[in-house]
Amino acid sequence: MNIQIRGIHKVFANFPALDGVNLDIESGELIALLGPSGSGKTTLLRTIAGLEFPDEGAILFGGEDIANRPVRERGVGFVFQHYALFKHMTVAENIAFGLDVRKDRPSKEAIRKRVNELLELVQLSGLDKRYPTQLSGGQRQRVALARALAIEPKVLLLDEPFGALDAKVRKDLRRWLRELHDKTGYTTIFVTHDQEEALELADRVVVMNRGRIEQVGNNQQVYEQPATPFVFDFLGSVNILPGEVKNRELRFDGSDDVWDSESQETGLVDIYVRPHDLQIVDSQAPGLDATVTLVQRAGALIRISATLATSGERIELELSHLDTLARSRQPGDAIRVAPITFGLFPRAPHRRPTTLPDVVPNAPAENRERAR
Amino acid sequence: MTAATPSFQRARRARSVIPGFGLTMGFTLFYLSLIVLIPLAGVFFKSSQLGWDGFWHVVTHPRVLAALKLSFGAALIGALINAVFGTLVAWVFVRYRFFGKRFFDAVIDLPFALPTAVAGIALTALYSGNGWVGQFLEPLGIKVAYTPLGVILACTFIGLPFVVRTVQPVLEEAEKELEEAAASLGANRLQTIVRVILPTILPAILTGFTLAFARAAGEYGSIIFIAGNMPMVSEIAPLLIIIKLEEFDYAGASAVAVAMLGLSLFLLLLINGLQVWSRRRHGQKT
Repeated sequence: MNIQIRGIHKVFANFPALDGVNLDIESGELIALLGPSGSGKTTLLRTIAGLEFPDEGAILFGGEDIANRPVRERGVGFVFQHYALFKHMTVAENIAFGLDVRKDRPSKEAIRKRVNELLELVQLSGLDKRYPTQLSGGQRQRVALARALAIEPKVLLLDEPFGALDAKVRKDLRRWLRELHDKTGYTTIFVTHDQEEALELADRVVVMNRGRIEQVGNNQQVYEQPATPFVFDFLGSVNILPGEVKNRELRFDGSDDVWDSESQETGLVDIYVRPHDLQIVDSQAPGLDATVTLVQRAGALIRISATLATSGERIELELSHLDTLARSRQPGDAIRVAPITFGLFPRAPHRRPTTLPDVVPNAPAENRERAR
Repeated sequence: MTAATPSFQRARRARSVIPGFGLTMGFTLFYLSLIVLIPLAGVFFKSSQLGWDGFWHVVTHPRVLAALKLSFGAALIGALINAVFGTLVAWVFVRYRFFGKRFFDAVIDLPFALPTAVAGIALTALYSGNGWVGQFLEPLGIKVAYTPLGVILACTFIGLPFVVRTVQPVLEEAEKELEEAAASLGANRLQTIVRVILPTILPAILTGFTLAFARAAGEYGSIIFIAGNMPMVSEIAPLLIIIKLEEFDYAGASAVAVAMLGLSLFLLLLINGLQVWSRRRHGQKT
């Protein structure tokens, strides 16, 4: 079922949660809504589900506007971050719930057959008599998924589906969900604040900020050609350096060397460079002089912090441990640094776009399920 | 030396983060004995002076039977009413915001705090034939004061906070997501309430029901004013005990007390079993 979202506005107590959102989703796509907390990604998902209603705008399921229909009539499968399983029902009863409450309830035998199929699909055969409290977090989330799939939804919506799980379980489930999606072909939209999760799992990523969509694209597009400073900053770390563009030539402030620029515009710019897009070059090559302040070795990566000689600006580099110019650097060494690729944006009045961590990395223990 | 080793090891193994199992357990048993068991044992001891036949004669006396029936029957009906409407009240308090919510929330606890005699007199004044409420009920042929209906009313009054206060926190904690999940799966409002919400809060309702019942079964102060205390009609068992005491029939009084105790214990165990059953349905350990 393809979905069109047209001009959705939603205000919560003077706070614009969604501010003019337009989005087209093709049938069978796996879409990630990515953004920091308060970016409106969950509100958008809940609006698509019918758990929230937009103040303005239309949501079309296969061309039909369903913006004012309640969730019950939309035929969406919704999976919650904390599973929301019915604790007084067994796994089988949970999965059967959506079929059991139908007006045209299928026969007992048909329901049992469907439940067994789904249990097999989510690889939980044999656990049908268990209660949710007797399952691990990963298992519970799979039950929740099976329950949502039981009603053969038009679209599958997942709200931070792996948010409450361990890193290891999360990774396994992620891969498993991708396989499941490829096998079943449900149009799927999931919300996440984890850029790695979004990039790894989704066909297309929708990056959101302050109730607006910043960029929609496949993972390569959003990572390599970020449309806005926010996307650049949110998808990975970034160095922001001041510079100027003149006659299609870019000059870093305090440097005489110039780089080609595709930008037509002229004026002061912020140059966005990812740490791994910086390299150390010979002292004669074009570049910026800097002094190493800190060297960290993390596996195959060497992280170097340095201050620029000209402006005193602090920069971060991530280099391969095989890089001969990067090896055995010590704090205090003088290096010359040059960007491989970069993004240019008109200089912002206040420089750094602030990104908030969505969920505290060390969330309280009770919110994190430990898989057995 | 060798004999000492196992006990030493056992002591080590039993060590936990929280110390003092022996001390706290000992105190608990002593305390329970002092406060609960010894006085109750005294009641049994006193009634045993009658002998089995004497005891049986006292408790099967029609007047005693009628009083026991009224006490437990009214308490059960009152607790049932509270289980239904107390749950509703808790629901409203948890789910809705309205003007004066804090005030009404405090009012719920009044039956806890009010001296029972005051409550009884107030109820009597309201529901007697010329009271504020009673004057409208009287023409309809409904007599509340000085009838078993009044006893039920008083039982309901004093039991309400138990249900509300046990259900409220559980409802507050019940995830809204459960309802959203049910709705997304196509359940209508009624199906959501009956199949998802009620089972979630059922253990709490049962607990509240038990507390309200236990309190009402033993209630004295608020009932005697509104009951009218007519033997065989509106006389409750606790009052009968007082009457027997005033007649210096201590053994008879304790016999009625023992009957009440036994019945209460039986009913509480029954409800307890219900609770275990409902909790087991949640897949929780009991």
